[in-house]
Amino acid sequence: MDAQIRIRNAGKVFRALGKEVEALRDITVDIPNGQFACLLGPSGCGKSTLLNAVAGFSLPTSGSVEVDGRPVEGPGPDRGMVFQEYALFPWMTVEQNIAFGLEIRKSPAAEIREKASSLLAMLNLSEFRDRYPKDLSGGMRQRVAIARVLALDSRILLMDEPFGALDALTRHNLQDELLRIWEAFRKTILFVTHSIEESIFLADRILVMTYRPGTIKRDIVVTLHRPRDPGDPGFNELKRELTQLVMEEQRRHERDEVLCAAR
Amino acid sequence: MTSGTGWSERLSGFLRGAAVPAVVIAVWQILSMMGYVNPQILPAPSAVLVRWYQYLAPIEAYDPSKSGYVAWLLSGELLADAYASLYRVVVGFLIGAGLALPLGLAMGATERVYKLLDPLVQILRPIPPIAYIPLSILWFGLGNPPAIFLISIGAFFPVLMNTISGVRHVDGIYIRAARNLGAGRATMFLRVILPAATPYILTGARIGVGTAFIVVIVSEMIAVNNGLGFRILEAREFFWSDKIIAGMLSIGLLGLGIDTGMERLNAHLLKWHRGIES
Ligand SMILES: Nc1ncnc2c1ncn2[C@@H]1O[C@H](COP(=O)(O)OP(=O)(O)OP(=O)(O)O)[C@@H](O)[C@H]1O
Ligand SMILES: [Mg+2]
Repeated sequence: MDAQIRIRNAGKVFRALGKEVEALRDITVDIPNGQFACLLGPSGCGKSTLLNAVAGFSLPTSGSVEVDGRPVEGPGPDRGMVFQEYALFPWMTVEQNIAFGLEIRKSPAAEIREKASSLLAMLNLSEFRDRYPKDLSGGMRQRVAIARVLALDSRILLMDEPFGALDALTRHNLQDELLRIWEAFRKTILFVTHSIEESIFLADRILVMTYRPGTIKRDIVVTLHRPRDPGDPGFNELKRELTQLVMEEQRRHERDEVLCAAR
Repeated sequence: MTSGTGWSERLSGFLRGAAVPAVVIAVWQILSMMGYVNPQILPAPSAVLVRWYQYLAPIEAYDPSKSGYVAWLLSGELLADAYASLYRVVVGFLIGAGLALPLGLAMGATERVYKLLDPLVQILRPIPPIAYIPLSILWFGLGNPPAIFLISIGAFFPVLMNTISGVRHVDGIYIRAARNLGAGRATMFLRVILPAATPYILTGARIGVGTAFIVVIVSEMIAVNNGLGFRILEAREFFWSDKIIAGMLSIGLLGLGIDTGMERLNAHLLKWHRGIES
């Protein structure tokens, strides 16, 4: 099978201040082309660590990560990343932010303009093209960040709790929009969240992680028809199952913290 | 910006702001007229004003065969002094900041360069520019060169220190986002690190200009024979206290003008920045 993201026995140990933290242990996952996969787990279970290993920001200390058959050695525009903190460049206008990746690639100016315009239109940002990020709401900023990585035309999108800081309504709109984009472009998406509903609403497949060391606790394929309805019985059954799994890890996390505090 | 407010509001705002200075000046004038203060120690405001006008006005009568009308109008001593001081500030600042900026960028961006040069910077930085006066005269004699040397030292360190910390404090998330988009070293530096550091650099430039302005006045009292600093010291030799005060007020106005100019420049360059309203 030709998996686009291939993670083999990946482990990550952080060494800081003489202490060792084993954030990931023996993770083996294949994510095929075009799949929408969610990493789900409580805070601190290593979701970002795993995503950063795929993005190439921080390589695993054991095992391997391959993308399109080549080992990941560093970050690159073939794996566009959307951060929870938006990470827009505040000194660039909306349009300049979106065009930046294409300028780095030295695309012709006319092509950059055309691409930026169509992305602005697709994400309902056209009237904000000359604004600076400081003048935008959180939802608008995240739209710009999504447009910025879409401009790269990468086949893989990595998203680290991209909607975590947004209010419920904005979050819901952006989830819809992301699905629309995913359906239009059939990107491979690896999406980190700790919201169970969000993962059921979006994903083809949910990878539930354990807390410290982070491993894959359960690999669940979601077969519900889209658009998914939180009132649907299948939705709720899955939600109960996932809640159970996440709560177990959450409790381990809390016990861990109590032990740490007691020491 | 006040562009949205009407002229009547602006007028009343101005009147409120002018109330306290007006009272102070009035009391000062009355005390002087009643003879309570020795005019050699503290002249009346009216005397300062007259002197200020004389200082500003052309010295010679208008003669069309010698110069044009505008040139004649601008030929007074005050404007020549202000121009001389401003010239020194600008040239000294450009030299000091022009050396500090690339050095600061290099020190901020490269750990090796930082480790190499930081000890020297730490030793030299606490020396006040004024302490360089003897050396500057020894090296450059009298005239503009030692003055400009002192001013550039005054501007150098604030710009250097702020540039270093601006580059070092660039938020890692911007670096990560740019690397993800494929930015190489040159693009990273020019399009990400440099703009991210500009708020710090401009703060440094503003402090640097302020220091340059202090140093220009001191250096003019020592090394040259024109400029606002020279003029007020010269006035003291003749016991022209009214001219001293007129000169001081001119220095204040020039300083205010420079600072306002810097603020405008800041607002223009940082229109993207959160702290600044558009
Ligand atoms: N640079 C680091 N140095 C040391 N420990 C780290 C480092 N980065 C992460 N960790 C530890 O690794 C573990 C996993 O962190 P990670 O950020 O991947 O969790 P997460 O699942 O993304 O959590 P959250 O939902 O809060 O973002 C945590 O226990 C964290 O303390
Ligand atoms: Mg995280």
